[in-house]
Amino acid sequence: MNFFFDRPERPAPRWAKALTILLLILAYSVLCLWAFSGSVRDWEKVWSYRETFVKGWLMTIGISAAALVLSTVFGAVAALARRSSFLPLRYSSVLYVETVRGLPLLVLVLFGYYGVMFKLGWEERISGGILILSLFSGAYIAEILRAGIESVGRSQWDSARAIGMTSFQTYRQIIFPQVLRQSLPPLAGQFSSLIKDSSLLYVIAIPELTFSAQQVNSATYATFEAYLPLGILYLVLTLPISLWTKYLEKRVSYES
Amino acid sequence: MKVELRGVSKAFGEQRVLENASFEAEFEHTLALVGPSGGGKSTLLRLLAGLDRPDAGEVRVNDSALPGPEEELRRYRRTIGIVFQAYNLFPHLSAAENVILPLVEVHGLSRAAARSRADEELQRFRLAGHAHKQPGQLSGGQRQRVAIARALAIRPRFLLLDEPTSALDPEMTAEVLDVIVELRELGKPIVLVTHEMGFARHTADLVAFVADGGVRECAPAGEFFSSPASPATRQFLEKILKY
Repeated sequence: MNFFFDRPERPAPRWAKALTILLLILAYSVLCLWAFSGSVRDWEKVWSYRETFVKGWLMTIGISAAALVLSTVFGAVAALARRSSFLPLRYSSVLYVETVRGLPLLVLVLFGYYGVMFKLGWEERISGGILILSLFSGAYIAEILRAGIESVGRSQWDSARAIGMTSFQTYRQIIFPQVLRQSLPPLAGQFSSLIKDSSLLYVIAIPELTFSAQQVNSATYATFEAYLPLGILYLVLTLPISLWTKYLEKRVSYES
Repeated sequence: MKVELRGVSKAFGEQRVLENASFEAEFEHTLALVGPSGGGKSTLLRLLAGLDRPDAGEVRVNDSALPGPEEELRRYRRTIGIVFQAYNLFPHLSAAENVILPLVEVHGLSRAAARSRADEELQRFRLAGHAHKQPGQLSGGQRQRVAIARALAIRPRFLLLDEPTSALDPEMTAEVLDVIVELRELGKPIVLVTHEMGFARHTADLVAFVADGGVRECAPAGEFFSSPASPATRQFLEKILKY
């Protein structure tokens, strides 16, 4: 069993790594078969709804991509506002981050959409959903970025000032690249969460992936058959994000 | 070069570091600021650097008062070279890029011109072979030499060095002190905060003793060490030169 241990002084052989992965996949498959084999049979019925799935999936991709960009903007603005010396701005940022992080997304979606946005006459669901999702995710991103900015030492600011850089140049050339390196892993996690969280937008009847699966389920009563593709389609989106950030992490890394 | 304080006070919160300090020094090459930790010598250097502003009083360099507004101070800082104790370099940029960045971003040189000037400066300090390395891959002494090269590359009027060797082991300290001696030969005036008394004695024109909120004594190096005038200086030197 010695070859299953990977230690700095005695690295495991490659084949041991491959074998471990293989065994895990096997165990995983057995578990899935055991759990689903009795109940999953109505594939044909669900297959006829494939277009609904694809449409829902594309909607999820679209909403997530838009919210990803928008929430990064919200997060960056809130993180910078939090560091502002102007108190109303700093406290607004604290209020935003703490309330949003303290509330379940479901509450935020219902109150935000049927409450605030309805009052404002903003009834377009998709843009409304993107906005609420971005506000939600932006609060978490704000905290990630704030921690990243604070991890850059005081001496870096001093050095940048000593050179005669403006605040903007300092953020752009010195702080941001270092924050990016620090924040990339938690950001990747947040982006995956964002994609999964978009599933809650079904409560305001946006025809995204989860909403589609529910429709299929109520039309066919084939629950597992409707939700299994749902799970897989989410994984298809979240796994590449993980891999992509691993690659980016390598590219921006340096010894500190 | 001439530096002057006129009734300068500076406090950080409750802690009053400089109190109504006045002092004037004119020198050709090097002014060394020595004194106990927390005595105000780094604060004094930061005021000269335009990194902090005095709460009261006036800081004058070469007969002109340092400006108040941040924007003008920034313009002032662009004309001088500043090197800190440690962590001067930007860890995400190579040694060469560290030198190039201020030239391109702040001084408006083209990349090509900046690159050739960076090569020249790194060459001068025997760092050409390390140009592509990131700070994490350099020794402490090499890092400080890159920092000095960066400060010099902008063709500053003078250099301010804040304990440039205090984070280094003896061998690296010697390596950095050698570079500072070379700067003297270049003719750039230097104001240096240091704990290296032997170095101050041998290379500084003037030595100023900073303690208890002000400059207690300022004298030519030989005189300062052989026959200090103030009792505070004498006490300080006795203590640190005991071993």
